Amino acid sequence: MRNPQLNKHGELQHLLTLDGLPREVIVSILDHAAPFTEVAEREVKKLPLLRGKSIFNLFFENSTRTRTTFEIAAKRLSADVVNLNVSTSSTAKGESLLDTVDNLCAMQADMFVVRHAASGAPVLIAQHLQATGRDHIHVINAGDGRHAHPTQGLLDMYTIRHYKRDFTHLTVAIIGDVLHSRVARSQIAALTALGVPELRIIGPRTLLPDGIEKLGARIFHDMREGLRGADVVMMLRLQNERMSGALLPTPQEYFKVWGLTAEKLALAKPDAIVMHPGPLNRGVEIDSAVADGAQAVILPQVTFGIAVRMAVMSMLAGQ
Amino acid sequence: MKIRIANGRVIDPARQTDRVQDVFIAEGKIAALGEAPAGFAAERTLEARGLIVAPGLIDLAARLREPGFEYRATLESEMEAAMAGGVTSVAIPPDTDPVLDEPGLVEMLCYRAKKLNRAHIYPIGALTIALGGERLSEMAELVEAGCVAFSQANVPIVDNMVLMRAMQYAATFEFRVWLQPIAPFLARNGFTHDGEVANRLGLPGIPVAAETVAIFTYLQLARATGARLHITRLSSAEGLALIEQARAEGMDVTCDISINHLHLCDRDIGYFNTHCHLVPPLRDQDDRDALARGLAEGRINALCSDHTPVDDDSKLKPFSESEAGATGLELLLPLTLKWAEESGLPLSSALARVTSEAARLIGITKAGHLAPGARADICVFDPAARTAITRDKLKSQGKNTPFLGLELPGKVRYTLVEGQLMFEG
Repeated sequence: MRNPQLNKHGELQHLLTLDGLPREVIVSILDHAAPFTEVAEREVKKLPLLRGKSIFNLFFENSTRTRTTFEIAAKRLSADVVNLNVSTSSTAKGESLLDTVDNLCAMQADMFVVRHAASGAPVLIAQHLQATGRDHIHVINAGDGRHAHPTQGLLDMYTIRHYKRDFTHLTVAIIGDVLHSRVARSQIAALTALGVPELRIIGPRTLLPDGIEKLGARIFHDMREGLRGADVVMMLRLQNERMSGALLPTPQEYFKVWGLTAEKLALAKPDAIVMHPGPLNRGVEIDSAVADGAQAVILPQVTFGIAVRMAVMSMLAGQ
Repeated sequence: MKIRIANGRVIDPARQTDRVQDVFIAEGKIAALGEAPAGFAAERTLEARGLIVAPGLIDLAARLREPGFEYRATLESEMEAAMAGGVTSVAIPPDTDPVLDEPGLVEMLCYRAKKLNRAHIYPIGALTIALGGERLSEMAELVEAGCVAFSQANVPIVDNMVLMRAMQYAATFEFRVWLQPIAPFLARNGFTHDGEVANRLGLPGIPVAAETVAIFTYLQLARATGARLHITRLSSAEGLALIEQARAEGMDVTCDISINHLHLCDRDIGYFNTHCHLVPPLRDQDDRDALARGLAEGRINALCSDHTPVDDDSKLKPFSESEAGATGLELLLPLTLKWAEESGLPLSSALARVTSEAARLIGITKAGHLAPGARADICVFDPAARTAITRDKLKSQGKNTPFLGLELPGKVRYTLVEGQLMFEG
């Protein structure tokens, strides 16, 4: 079984997941991203690295923020960007995923940024491109089902590195709905690869997959215990449809037990940072006082996200 | 036609014989073994030196896709696959379209199969109308039409009272009830074994409890109703343990597994390989090993292909959107041999799981063995030859199998059905 994100020389051809990605590759992406953060500060926020390249934002699932940051990243690299909201177009007419891809390939696409509700959809596209000999086209996974959201994971690592420098002495806590979270899976893969010695996962049993400890984490059900001495507190979004039913009784109870408040945060290290992939559910997973507080780095995450996506795009395209 | 199969190593698991001898066939039946009957003049002699002569294989689950799914496979294409695989009898699950819940439909299917004159078919009737789990099918009429057992395929009955009534009704006639253990709500929305692989790939899982809860229910209802229960397509060690516990308590219950679950586990899904999207899901390595041991020791009665041809388009999709199932008719023999090879099991014991034991489960006495007088359904194969499994070589219209690209032991040289040579490879 060939790793579908590597080409035959073992180089990164697509970015599909952080699971199995070596530490050096992750670090080199973060290193590449650093200079791009400065581009945003300039009068002219553009670099010619991807001039003449066509990037298709292929979003089978709605997203405003992720799509926008990818679009901005691509435009800052001078690429031509086409946004397709496929959920409302061809698949609704019955076109298969790979037919859609083939059609866009025929329009000389150079890169696909794919979001899909089904785990593995971008992997399928990458395998299809390889099987049909179109090795010059790159795929970036912008979130697939519960599987992976690698650029989110990378921007989180960038953020942690920005504030904490070194990963190898950190205690990191991830709190919330890990079961349904592609973000959590990418975070866990990256944090493990980067050598975080203490990775904690906090949440109710209904939202933690069985055997998650095999991915290299310690499980806590008591939030206070899990937060004690943490350097980094990573909150996950709780989707509306999970809030009441068989997984959780009510959002109120969830907030009471696993919501991040100033009082609970006080158990973490005084200089702990608070992260969240957005969009925020204030009063469900995080209290406004914390989300807007001094320890929150939620908005810098968004800014770094653009730089990280610029780095991934330019590296894949070989620039 | 009088045929002599000469110099082959004749393995008859039913009688546990394994020796080099000739087989003489006349009038569609086995006339004699060893010495030719008086006055026997062979019109054709099949040289079988170095080859194994075994009963034709009996597959307990092969979806031939007719009626309703002719774009996936037809009786013609799948019968060719059966012949190429040395499979001379197949039991057909009822999940066709329309469902096998109507005597006329079953008669039509049997008629079509008979006209094609290839493998014998043994339809499994639907336990409830349209597999809907609400109204009982006309079981007595369906048996008259040719059904040998009743099942829900992989569409479990939600209402346990209906299930209990269906088992009671079947027990009235001592009809066999074959149930695939799926607890509907626990298996709902899942695609893979709820374990490490599902976690990594972010695929919604199906817990082992989906199987054990169903088995427990079926066992209790079989006890209460006296139904003749056969549990099909086991996937977990815990499921097998429940069945053994029931046996220890004196219950007569049988079970089978598929070739996929004998050889594969959830890790084989790799990077979302949709050929490994199966029902039940592939479980972990310990489960697989427990099933292999259970089969070797006869605690699992039979091995089947669970043949499910799926068109390419339905597999070229994200895992959770892809169609479940794998083609298998042509792999039943090679994978039985591979298992025998790996487990060091004598060939006679391994072949029993796809011949004599399978025959017992569908209640046929005239096939599945090689005693004089038996129907001359015979598979002659070369155990030393190895065959690469490729799309081109598969005769089945379905090319969907996790074993693509693998080299497997065994090559069928001759398949005979009722004394007629149907395949020469």
